[in-house]
Amino acid sequence: MQRRRSLPLTRYRVCFLALACMRAMPSVAQGALTTPSIMAPASTPAHEIYALSQFVLAITGAIFVVVGGLLAFIIVRFRERRTDAEHEPAQIYGSTQVELAWTVIPVLIVVVLFLTTARIIFAIQDAPEPKTALDVTVVGHQFWWEFRYPKLGIVTANELHVPVSTPSAPEPTYMQLLSADVDHSFWVPQLGGKTDLIPNHPNQMWMDPEKAGLYLGQCAQFCGVEHAKMLIRVYVDTPDQFAAWVKAQQQPGAQDAATAAGRHVFETEACANCHTISGTGAKGTFGPDLTHLMSRATIAAGAADNTPDNLRSWIHDPNTLKPGALMPAMQLSDKETDEVVAYLTTLH
Amino acid sequence: MADQTFPIPGTLDAGRSRGAALLEWLHSWVVTVDHKKLGILYMVYALVFLLVAGSEAVAIRIQLAIPNNHFLSPELYNEFFTMHGTTMVFLVGMTFIFGFGNYFVPLMIGARDMAFPRLNAFSFWMTAFGGLFLYFSFIGGFGLYGMGSAPDVTWWAYAPLTAKAFSPGHNTDYWALALIVSGFGTLGAAINILATVFSMRCRGMTLLRMPLFVWLMVVTSGDTLIVITPLTAAQVMLIIDRYLGGHFFDTQAGGSATVWMHFFWIFGHPEVYVLILPAFGIASEVIQVFSRKAIFGYPAMVAASVGIAFVSLSVWAHHMFTIGMTSVSNAFFALSTMMVGIPTGIKIFNWVATMWGGRIRFATPMLFCTAFVFQFLMAGLTGIMLAVAPWDWQLHNSYFVIAHFHYTLTGSFVFCIFAAIYYWYPKITGRMLSEKLGKWHFWLFFIGFHVTFDTMHFLGILGMPRSIYTYQADRGWNTLNMIVSAGGIIQAIAVLILVWNMMDSFLHGAAAGNDPWDAWTLEWSVPSPPPAYNFATDPVVRSRRPLWDLKHPNDPDWKYER
Repeated sequence: MQRRRSLPLTRYRVCFLALACMRAMPSVAQGALTTPSIMAPASTPAHEIYALSQFVLAITGAIFVVVGGLLAFIIVRFRERRTDAEHEPAQIYGSTQVELAWTVIPVLIVVVLFLTTARIIFAIQDAPEPKTALDVTVVGHQFWWEFRYPKLGIVTANELHVPVSTPSAPEPTYMQLLSADVDHSFWVPQLGGKTDLIPNHPNQMWMDPEKAGLYLGQCAQFCGVEHAKMLIRVYVDTPDQFAAWVKAQQQPGAQDAATAAGRHVFETEACANCHTISGTGAKGTFGPDLTHLMSRATIAAGAADNTPDNLRSWIHDPNTLKPGALMPAMQLSDKETDEVVAYLTTLH
Repeated sequence: MADQTFPIPGTLDAGRSRGAALLEWLHSWVVTVDHKKLGILYMVYALVFLLVAGSEAVAIRIQLAIPNNHFLSPELYNEFFTMHGTTMVFLVGMTFIFGFGNYFVPLMIGARDMAFPRLNAFSFWMTAFGGLFLYFSFIGGFGLYGMGSAPDVTWWAYAPLTAKAFSPGHNTDYWALALIVSGFGTLGAAINILATVFSMRCRGMTLLRMPLFVWLMVVTSGDTLIVITPLTAAQVMLIIDRYLGGHFFDTQAGGSATVWMHFFWIFGHPEVYVLILPAFGIASEVIQVFSRKAIFGYPAMVAASVGIAFVSLSVWAHHMFTIGMTSVSNAFFALSTMMVGIPTGIKIFNWVATMWGGRIRFATPMLFCTAFVFQFLMAGLTGIMLAVAPWDWQLHNSYFVIAHFHYTLTGSFVFCIFAAIYYWYPKITGRMLSEKLGKWHFWLFFIGFHVTFDTMHFLGILGMPRSIYTYQADRGWNTLNMIVSAGGIIQAIAVLILVWNMMDSFLHGAAAGNDPWDAWTLEWSVPSPPPAYNFATDPVVRSRRPLWDLKHPNDPDWKYER
């Protein structure tokens, strides 16, 4: 009897706890500004998924409360007590009506969930590409991203620049997803779901970011040793910023007589086999295009900040920053390394 | 036959040394064709690998406890998470279910052994050598000089990462060959279970009087036959690609990466049900005995199990919502996946209805099963969320998915396996496990489980992908990862308590007697441990609960059952 009386109290406590958790959830889910939370959407596909997820959460949450509550009630109400009679409880073998009821109700729930789901699948996946859309080709590499803008003649890496898209001036970004080697997956949670990059299997996805800013993501399909350091930065620019960025990127690589020695090393050593710097003899395509290296905030697909010190240790031995990266240690002398770094830091 | 002793060179009847006796004892385990001994071998084997793969999980969690950690190198981390997944599914999960199946299916249907005792021994040793071969990868090849050639391509081993160009060593070979070998063992075990159930039931044991555990072993064995086959075929094709110049999955020569995905997941998804269905069987036995009530809606339970097995064969591509299938395919697989929720819902409701109005005795097996029902409910609901294809575009390959399938495989499957260990250990050894240590085990594991896996859901929502050996410090994932790791340690301690309990109780546990739980199925009618060939005289049954009939001659089940 003692236990019974404390039951309402326990119930209040549980309710209170649940309420507190639900209150705390949005703030936890938003996280820090650099947290790529799916609960902080900033693009139409992400918004549609978010709204759908709230609906599904409400239905599943209700099921959880009803069935979980029932189970909790049974655990308290029907547990064995000292005062219980010795004989076995009444044996009940089943009931067709009851079975029918708890078959039909889930069927109805599934119908509702499916119709809602199907609507959003078609809305996102089969959205026609508007004429104003920006085309980007994304190529996944072990372990970095290549971004090509075929209509603009731009090639860059790891940091994607796209324009903000407003209802009055819609300019969504449509991405063609390819892979140069193994499977990868493009995922920037605030801008939309993920889509895989699969060799011999081109995929498409789109986004229309509504607010300028930096959005973070990373590869979401295991692709080898450095899968963890294949990060994505998406810069959503205002129209002016974007136009300026496009203009800068369309220029050939900077020519500075002061760093001609570094350029010479770059062009004559193995660097040129894998990297392109437009306007020079370096035309390799195995590694990232370095024409505007200094316009990027990070190197090695986000593994390190883009500073002269990090560039130096990266050229000396990529394994120090990203063990398993496919770029070899360049075996340059200290002088040559300094010259190359000096040259690279002019590539704005 | 099974316990016949064979002469060992150098030993004569007179005054055999202790060493010789030990050798002979070991020899008896190697040559045995007895279903009970093979069942024990399966279970011990599974338990050993549970500890191994659990240690790998602990290492993974230490690495991820703080950002940019250097506890494991990226290479070793990738090997550990691949081996953790592969081991848990193939060497722990599959062997636990066939261990319990081997031991208890014949006992529960009143048979004296399995239908094919020699196939049984063959199956076990194939499985065992598959597992040993898989782990030889750590020391074989170049292993003695460095980190070994353990598989490092994830347990789903997507092409073309497994092609020679991207996986040049023998890591992938160990993975594919070991699973082909153990796969043959699994197929043999499944065939044996089916043959045993269909041909060796005692008098009166109609199909609809079989205990639910037996039913679910039948369903699971049928599913196994269907789904191990495409996996084995895919692995053979992979080996052909790697060594005989085939181009099935070799994208550089025009092969298809997506074909591998289809092959793998037509195995991979039903595999989850292959594991969880026998767990349902265990829960159905334990819940009725400890609620002191007959199972509610037995025919519905059987139908739901068969239904799950069928529907599970049509849902595989929900692992592939992000690979760029057409919108119609995505919608189809969203629907088929949601439909699994209907028969699984029926099962949950029936367990709840069985407990309703009962007199629930919370001994350790029942604690685990009650937690199972709760956690399986949760796993089912997060499963619905993942079936919502657009939401899956966000959640796929994130920690939310890790949390979801650990809710099914740890929170549901492993909880039921622990329940089964506490429930049947007295039958197998003749001694009870300590209830006190059992409660410690349960509560620590329960708390550790929720600390770890509840938290993981949030990590996924915050955008943390799976399979990463480290993460950036500015993502807001640090605290949650530390909590997840702490929960992992708690679970590890709980499992060690179980191991200690099993060893200590084996020597000092209280005698169990025939029927310590006052249960109702045939295995409790024979001594503990059961003698060779189980039954002195063939039993005859008239209902689903033969021992209930025996204990309540005035009110037997067969009067009421339909």
